[in-house]
Amino acid sequence: MINIENLTKYYGGLCAVDHVSFEIKKGEILGLLGPNGAGKTTIYRILTGYLSPTSGTIKVENDNINEHLIKIKKRIGYLPEEAPIYHEMLVYDYLDFVADLRGVNKLDKNAHLHELADLCSLNEVMHKTIDELSKGYRQRVGIAHALMGNPEILVLDEPTAGLDPNQIAETREIIRRIGKEKTIVFSTHILSEAEATCDRVVIIDEGKIVADDTIDTLRKELNEQSFEIIFRKLTKGN
Amino acid sequence: MENIKHIFKKEYKAYFVSPIAYIVISVFLIIVGWLFFSTFFLDRQASLTRLFTLLPITFAFIIPAVTMRLFSEEINIGSYELLHTLPVSNQEIIIGKFLAAVAFVGVMMSPTIVYALSTAFLGELDWGPVIGGYLGAILLGAAFSAIGLMASSLTRNQVVAFIISMAICFSLTLMMDFVLFFLPNSIVGFFQYLSANFHFQNIAKGMVDSRDLLYFFSVIFLSLYGTGLILQEKR
Repeated sequence: MINIENLTKYYGGLCAVDHVSFEIKKGEILGLLGPNGAGKTTIYRILTGYLSPTSGTIKVENDNINEHLIKIKKRIGYLPEEAPIYHEMLVYDYLDFVADLRGVNKLDKNAHLHELADLCSLNEVMHKTIDELSKGYRQRVGIAHALMGNPEILVLDEPTAGLDPNQIAETREIIRRIGKEKTIVFSTHILSEAEATCDRVVIIDEGKIVADDTIDTLRKELNEQSFEIIFRKLTKGN
Repeated sequence: MENIKHIFKKEYKAYFVSPIAYIVISVFLIIVGWLFFSTFFLDRQASLTRLFTLLPITFAFIIPAVTMRLFSEEINIGSYELLHTLPVSNQEIIIGKFLAAVAFVGVMMSPTIVYALSTAFLGELDWGPVIGGYLGAILLGAAFSAIGLMASSLTRNQVVAFIISMAICFSLTLMMDFVLFFLPNSIVGFFQYLSANFHFQNIAKGMVDSRDLLYFFSVIFLSLYGTGLILQEKR
């Protein structure tokens, strides 16, 4: 469904992503893993249209991102690493604003907002400002933002980072629930989480792909049971 | 079009939930009121000329305070990333924010209509220059807002954005008064044409000339276009 071809991004002289190519299939949950600074966030930012690539391209079902950016943006819901949102806005106003920009039909808007508030357990905080929310609630607002307008593709940049174990379990539950009918790319540093949820993993290190396979195949190839050791071997963690 | 409306609505609301709006409006009204009334009774004239003579200078440092947060704040707290990954184009974001700033300037100006009404009560007020003055004020406010918006897109620091746009607006305002002393007559016309104050005073006299309108629309267009290029360059 999504084809990333030879994607390269330079920040000044620094190469953040170096000729990365991989594919994301429809309905798949893909884990994009790698140490901090490997280039995961940069790939997400290019995929969601925030940055433009230095070279290479991304195609979503034959639509090139350089030509059909708005059309592609409509199909992608994005949760950035630290859902940094408008501090002074009420949660309700914020979600309403996102719904408008995502082109949610006026008649369905209220129902859709309620549905998302239920799904992300936001009902008690709808009339608080985002400033007042705890980290966990903010993350849920971010997830509601990503799900707004029912996009087919979800890009989640460390959706469980900085949450407590209960919140991690809840967030994982939400992803699992919505993941059945969507294509999801997400990253995490909790490797057991990747093992439990991903159909396939792409591991990158220093801007280059070092593995692109199912976790089971990686285990066989490297003759190693522990995914943590596999990860550290591939990304020079020793 | 729909998206411009949504961005406009959000930005316009955002002005009034933070205290900045009320502070800026108060400061503006105090300065303008003082400048206007300090000589109003000495002049013994029923006109708003004093109000409009000093408006460009006042705008040159008030409007940068209105526009400084528009992009800088978003770039700083990172919400720009969220906004930009929604299905909206750069142009829609820019125009929405610009219109919100212009609307805010309109709201800020509106209490001064009381001056016109009370002056009309005291003597024979010629309404031509008053209407021209307000039209000019909106055009001038829009031009400065566009400049402020461009400065705001340059940096994540609101103070820097404020200083850059104030410097540009001040230069455009003072162009007429200062530069002209030092220049040979042959190029005075050229610099005069660049001066925002010159064009504003023309309109404020009550003469709406297409050259003056063209000047303001050019400044607005160039600044907004420049903002687009800067944001594009950041990607």
